[in-house]
Formats: sequence, structure tokens, C-alpha cells
Amino acid sequence: MAMTARQRGMLSCQRCHLLCRQAPGAIACPRCGSLLHSRKPNSIARTWALVVAALILYIPANILPITHTAALGSVQSDTIMSGVIYFIQSGSWPIALIIFIASVFVPLLKLVILISLLLSIQCRSQKRPLDRTRLYRLIETIGRWSMLDIFVVTILVALVHLGSLADITAGPGALYFGAVVVVTMFAAETFDARLIWDTLEECNDRSD
Amino acid sequence: MKTTSLVACHECDLLHQQMDVPIGGVARCARCGSSLYRPKRDSLNRTFALTVSGIIFYVIANIYPFLGFRIGSQIRETTLATGIYELYLQQMSIIATLVFLTVIMVPAVNLLCLLYILIPLKAKRVPPHLAKVFRLYLLLKPWGMMEIFMLGILVAAIKLVKMATIIPGVALFAFMALIFVLAATSVTLDRHLIWDQIKWQ
Repeated sequence: MAMTARQRGMLSCQRCHLLCRQAPGAIACPRCGSLLHSRKPNSIARTWALVVAALILYIPANILPITHTAALGSVQSDTIMSGVIYFIQSGSWPIALIIFIASVFVPLLKLVILISLLLSIQCRSQKRPLDRTRLYRLIETIGRWSMLDIFVVTILVALVHLGSLADITAGPGALYFGAVVVVTMFAAETFDARLIWDTLEECNDRSD
Repeated sequence: MKTTSLVACHECDLLHQQMDVPIGGVARCARCGSSLYRPKRDSLNRTFALTVSGIIFYVIANIYPFLGFRIGSQIRETTLATGIYELYLQQMSIIATLVFLTVIMVPAVNLLCLLYILIPLKAKRVPPHLAKVFRLYLLLKPWGMMEIFMLGILVAAIKLVKMATIIPGVALFAFMALIFVLAATSVTLDRHLIWDQIKWQ
């Protein structure tokens, strides 16, 4: 019958995937030196903490301006959404869509998926573990792309620096937005996908 | 301590009997479908060639301006480092650090890590601290964000195109080449081949 490494008393190294025998106390992988864990330590609690932090940071990230544009005497402040609206109004639909997806949709999607994964594990759900693993893989891959707006601000700030004619500076929103991206990346890293499958084995063990 | 013939899926922990996979093929977990191992054709040589060209493109991308911006008679050109410096001057040093790490530092460290690992391995020698260096490489990999920066250049250019004339610079082309090279290194690199070089008791 198919078994997991944990059921056989073995540990799989997170970095180099070497399979080792479980031993009492903390042990390091004999091949690559990483600390071995059967599951990532305190995965649920740590992921929750990072998710909640990201949710809080998400608010100022979207409310506060990310750029201030000074052109010919007038100053205009832009948030992420007003940037999206600017592109819609100027007819650049594809760019508006790219920014909206990368900056607004992806961070929110990532948080919603992580919260539902955490809740499903805590409720000991056995439904569709494969689909849940796929959702986790999805957020692991797309999360980095939210950095897009930070890079756009960096490039704008570097290029548009012509004194009184036109000058773009970064706003406080950029700081919070960068924090959201970094914190959600750490949250996805802290989450252990194997927890999704553990409930199934525990139930199988009981019925045997 | 090791059980040679078994391998555990790192996404669902299911144990599998290790089997020979043809080069270019992939062994997938029977339960969750994540890849267990995928041997690559001529991995060391190909990855080494890509790494060397990557370093050349990296240097060009960092030295020359990637975008120019012209209003009337005023021209402003920007290199990778200019934006970071401007952010730093605007008391946005945290954001400046983040951009520096993800676009300049991490790609450089990753390329150097690969070079450090691959040169001795090609000469059939195992470099000292191989495990530490390769762990560093794997740890930093998701934080290298060159391809996202490239999309950022595109968005910024479209944003400014009505305001002024945008002039693509030499570094822009090096940048595009670098993105493909970096993506190709992660395709040609066989992680298990590297780990298997380490002798342990």
C-alpha cells in the first residue's frame, strides 16, 4: 500500500530531497546541511501571522499614493487604482489589465487562496486535495509578478527628473505595496502543502 | 541513514520507488503530480554555456542605459542603478534596497554561484562548500525578478510615450537576452545531478 515518508518514520530534506531516517531531536541533512523537519515547523500559525500582516498592509498600499507627478507647476498624486483608470481612459486596455492583475488582483487572490487553504486544513477537510495542491502551486508561481508596480515606479522616478518641467517622486503607498509582496511571498514559502494530504492519511489510519 | 531506492514527494510526502527515467523525461508523483526528478541532457555543459553568456549580458545590462527620455532639447538616460539611486535620495531607501536586491544583487549572486559550481564540476572536481553554495542559489532563486523588471520597462515606456520620445538603449537588448538565458539555466540545470556530487557518510 502507498505510504508517506512520515508514516514510514522518514524525513525528506526540503532542499535536496534526500530521504533520511527520523531521529529524536533536531537533525541536519547529512548531504546538504539543512535542518530536517517532517513538516515545516509551526506552518499554520506562521502562515496565518504573515497573511494577517499582508491584509493589514494591503489597505494603505491601495489607499496611499504610489507616485507624485509634478508637471508645469501642478502636482498630481496617483494610487495604484488611479493608474489603472488612467490607462483605461487613455485607451491602453492591455496595459490597464496587466497592472490591475499584477497589483490588485494577484495579491488579493493570493491572500484569499492562502486563507481558504489554512481554513480547509484546520477544518480537517478531505475534499479535493489535488485541486488544493494546484491552487498552492499557482500562488507560488504568480506571487512574484506583483512586484511589477514597484519596478514601474523605479523606472519612472529615474527617467522623469527634469526639474520644473516634469518630476516624478515615489509616494508612501509604494513602501506598503512592496511590503505586501514580500510578506505574501514569505507566507507562501512558510505554508506546507503536505498538510493538505495529512488529514487523508490520518483518516485512513483510523479506519484501518 | 539513507534509503537509496525510495524518494518522497516534496509536496504531498508520498513515497515512491526510484526508477530510471530517460533523459528529458520526468518522474511525477502518482498522487499530486508534482515532479520528483527530471534528468537533463548534457546538463553541466549547457548550463555552463548559458551562465557564461548570462554574465556577459548582465554586465552590458548594468553598464549601459536601457531607456532614454527626451522632452524638447532635454535628454535623460537611465541605467539600472539610476532609479535605485533616485529612490534612495527620496528617503525611499527600503524600496531602493528591495529593487537593488531583486534586480541587481540576486541575479549576480545566482550567476556567480552557478559559475562557482559548474567550472570545477566540468573538470570532475567537487568545489569546496558545494552544498552551501547550491543551497544559497536555490534559496535566492525566487527573489531574482529580472523578467518582471522587463515588463516594468514596457509599462513605464507606454506611460511616458505621450509625454516625450522614448529611446531604447543598448542595455534593453542585453536585458531581453539575459531574461531568456536565466530562464534557460533553470531548465537545463539538473538539481539531482549537483546534489549527487556531494560525498557524505
